[in-house]
Amino acid sequence: MLMLRRSAVALAGHSLAALALLAATATGCARGSADDDRPVPAVPGGSYSVALTEPDHLTPGRTTSSYALQVLEGLFDTPLALDPHDGHPVPLAARSVTSDDQRVWTVALRPDGVFHNGERVTAHSFAAAWEAAAYGPDGWDANSYFAQIEGYDALNPTDGRPPASRHLSGLTVLDDSTLRVTLKAPFSQFPMLLAFPAFAPLPQAAFSDPDHFDLHPVGNGPFEMAGDWQRNQRIDLRRAAAYTGPRPPMADGVHFKIFTSTDTAYTELSAGHVDFVTNVPAARAYEARRTFGHHYAVRPGGTMDYLGLPLWDPRYAKPELRRALSMAIDRRGITRAIYNEVYLPADSLVGVTIPGHRAGACGESCDYQPDRARELLRQAGGFSGRLELYFANSDPSYLQWMTAVANELRQNLGIRDVAFRTMPGADLAPILNSRKATGPYRQNWVADYPSEQDYLAGLLGHGNRPGWSSPAFDDLLARGDAAPSAAQGIAYYQQAEDLALQQLPLIPLWNWQDQSAWSSRVGNVLFDPYVAGLHLEQVTVRH
Amino acid sequence: MGRYLARRLLYAIPVLLATTFLIHTLVFVLPGDPIQALAGDRPISPSVVAELHRRYHLDDPLFVQYARYLRGLLSGDLGRTFTGEPVADALAGHWLVTLRLGLTAWFLETVLGIGLGVWAALRRGRWADRAVLGGTTLAAAVPVYILGYLAQLVLGVRLGWFPVAGAEAGWPGAYLLPGLVLACFGAGYVARLTRSSVLESLGADYVRTATAKGLSRRRTVVVHALRNSLVPVVTFLGIELGSLLAGAVVTEYIFNLPGIGQQVFQAIQLREGPTVVGITTVLVLVFCLANLAVDLLYGLLDPRIRHD
Repeated sequence: MLMLRRSAVALAGHSLAALALLAATATGCARGSADDDRPVPAVPGGSYSVALTEPDHLTPGRTTSSYALQVLEGLFDTPLALDPHDGHPVPLAARSVTSDDQRVWTVALRPDGVFHNGERVTAHSFAAAWEAAAYGPDGWDANSYFAQIEGYDALNPTDGRPPASRHLSGLTVLDDSTLRVTLKAPFSQFPMLLAFPAFAPLPQAAFSDPDHFDLHPVGNGPFEMAGDWQRNQRIDLRRAAAYTGPRPPMADGVHFKIFTSTDTAYTELSAGHVDFVTNVPAARAYEARRTFGHHYAVRPGGTMDYLGLPLWDPRYAKPELRRALSMAIDRRGITRAIYNEVYLPADSLVGVTIPGHRAGACGESCDYQPDRARELLRQAGGFSGRLELYFANSDPSYLQWMTAVANELRQNLGIRDVAFRTMPGADLAPILNSRKATGPYRQNWVADYPSEQDYLAGLLGHGNRPGWSSPAFDDLLARGDAAPSAAQGIAYYQQAEDLALQQLPLIPLWNWQDQSAWSSRVGNVLFDPYVAGLHLEQVTVRH
Repeated sequence: MGRYLARRLLYAIPVLLATTFLIHTLVFVLPGDPIQALAGDRPISPSVVAELHRRYHLDDPLFVQYARYLRGLLSGDLGRTFTGEPVADALAGHWLVTLRLGLTAWFLETVLGIGLGVWAALRRGRWADRAVLGGTTLAAAVPVYILGYLAQLVLGVRLGWFPVAGAEAGWPGAYLLPGLVLACFGAGYVARLTRSSVLESLGADYVRTATAKGLSRRRTVVVHALRNSLVPVVTFLGIELGSLLAGAVVTEYIFNLPGIGQQVFQAIQLREGPTVVGITTVLVLVFCLANLAVDLLYGLLDPRIRHD
């Protein structure tokens, strides 16, 4: 589900992007740019449009796709939100979320919350939504986000039998506006999780007719649906009359226009037919900067690419060899040549927007030093046999950077026999998950919440893909989880990260950045690198 | 004629069965797990994987899956996509877009191709003929996506004559530009085919006879030469209708038209068996019907061809 967030659904012919660029330069792109540079007056009203890729579902809990999350940002208020500047949790539908021991949490709700259909938002609305997502037989995508809550295992039996209960024993509704959550173990990062859309409340309607609800979700956020979701075409939102929460919208309406091709979406922005494109294709970076000027922004995101290593293969067992591979890769050269400098060379296991990220945490292991790499390879006893690189063929840029990596390994390390194993994602995932790969592979991680813990536990925690084990690492993670606050957990996570970087079970490559461009009709544009993306309610419109 | 029609329609049944079984098998024998691919690089709960496998019958043997599919087909149920939408609904929503695009392109291709071909044939060796030959070579040589992006940028963005993308302007507005782009390749072929076929007829004995009998040039060309020349062109146009519908993938992608081209592409990538098989079945039907129409048209164009 996570890969879906950015790339998988937009799979249709990315290969056309390069040709689009060719066509664009041939004709010289026009219009749409800063025709009107006067500031947009900050008065309520008007409506604007946003280019979107088709979401999978619009029921929180059924989706983790970033396209769906962008719509849900307007439709639902989660208990907490993440501050757009540093990612710390701030109240939204909840008044407060507190705990004395990081294990039993009390969620106190705003008493005046209502759904768009008039139904009151109560602690029951949250409990029902979370239990639906956590109930394995529902098959909802965000299921694993609830794994830390007590009673999750009973709803997700692994022996194939249906669960005996539909209720999470860790959830107790104390009264209409108070929910008590008991976790399996202390977890200092829990409040951040409460900003993820899967933790939004659901009204009764979501359970009486789930299929219809998915096309016409009824939320508790600043915008409501104006008509049903028209699949592959559009999703229209309008200001929710009943909304009483802390983020009243400026605009009267938001129109999501659904595109399969980000290139076509960008062309529509140039023609003045849409107001926002939130993922400009990397190939058009220079052109977009030129055309849109200060209506163009690049900002780092939480997504990272890595080269994962198959530690079950004895040839990759020595950390020296893994460091040699890492130091033979010219990250800066590759991000420049293939991603038009839109991606940032990685020097840490976590994204740059994550609290606790330290520039240069990776040390010299992530520096491009071909001589030192050769030296390390010699120390490790060289490399024998064929080095196979595994990756999915869903995006042509994967082949491009893998080719660059393969060339660098050949030239800098003298590994003659480097080959590719490319295949559809459906084939690759089981091979990697069952540890049948015999070479390094593309590993991608999209942050769910801005915490080092999310990367470290997800990539290298229990049952991790590279097959790495370190009791000291697990212990440091547990100590971070038990720390008295999210901030105090960071020190432990950083130590855990250092440990992982010494061993290098996976090689950090680059940190994605998102490029956006918008028309001169809209102002007060606020994007954040966390789950919210474009803050829909803040946008002002010239009208 | 009626018996011929009935027989041809009956032939379509084994063709459909064979095709759906073949596609089913192809989707089935592919290795890998579409559910795990949906999850990307993140571990997915085993309970959810198990549930989705059960829901989409991914663990059943091939024949059980196929039998279930056929049973569903007979009761009008084509299964569900991975987002839970009934395939029949998804098809209905997308099919109309592709049909409009395909027919628009087909119409443009027919009119442009036959018109240019006859025009060139009647001006053999003159500049008009050479222009048509050159132009059709170019149209057939430039890939659809280059032509598409160029048309979009020049006629859509710069000149603003057509909508740039999307189906919201309705028919014909939203379909003219993508239809033209889609038609270009085939129109070139039709023009060349028509030209050589008309030239051949113009040199035939019966045309010389007609001319000698003192018939007007127009009547000679239209009634005598053209009617006979159209047999190969109609064959091509019939098959072409099917190809246009199937080949709309790239055009739909560039012009952001929510048709079945887009859908089949996504479905293949996500390995949604029921969607792929459903779309393919409909396409096979279209091919069968187009071929039948072609065969029936032969009889009207050339009375020597008889169906019995």
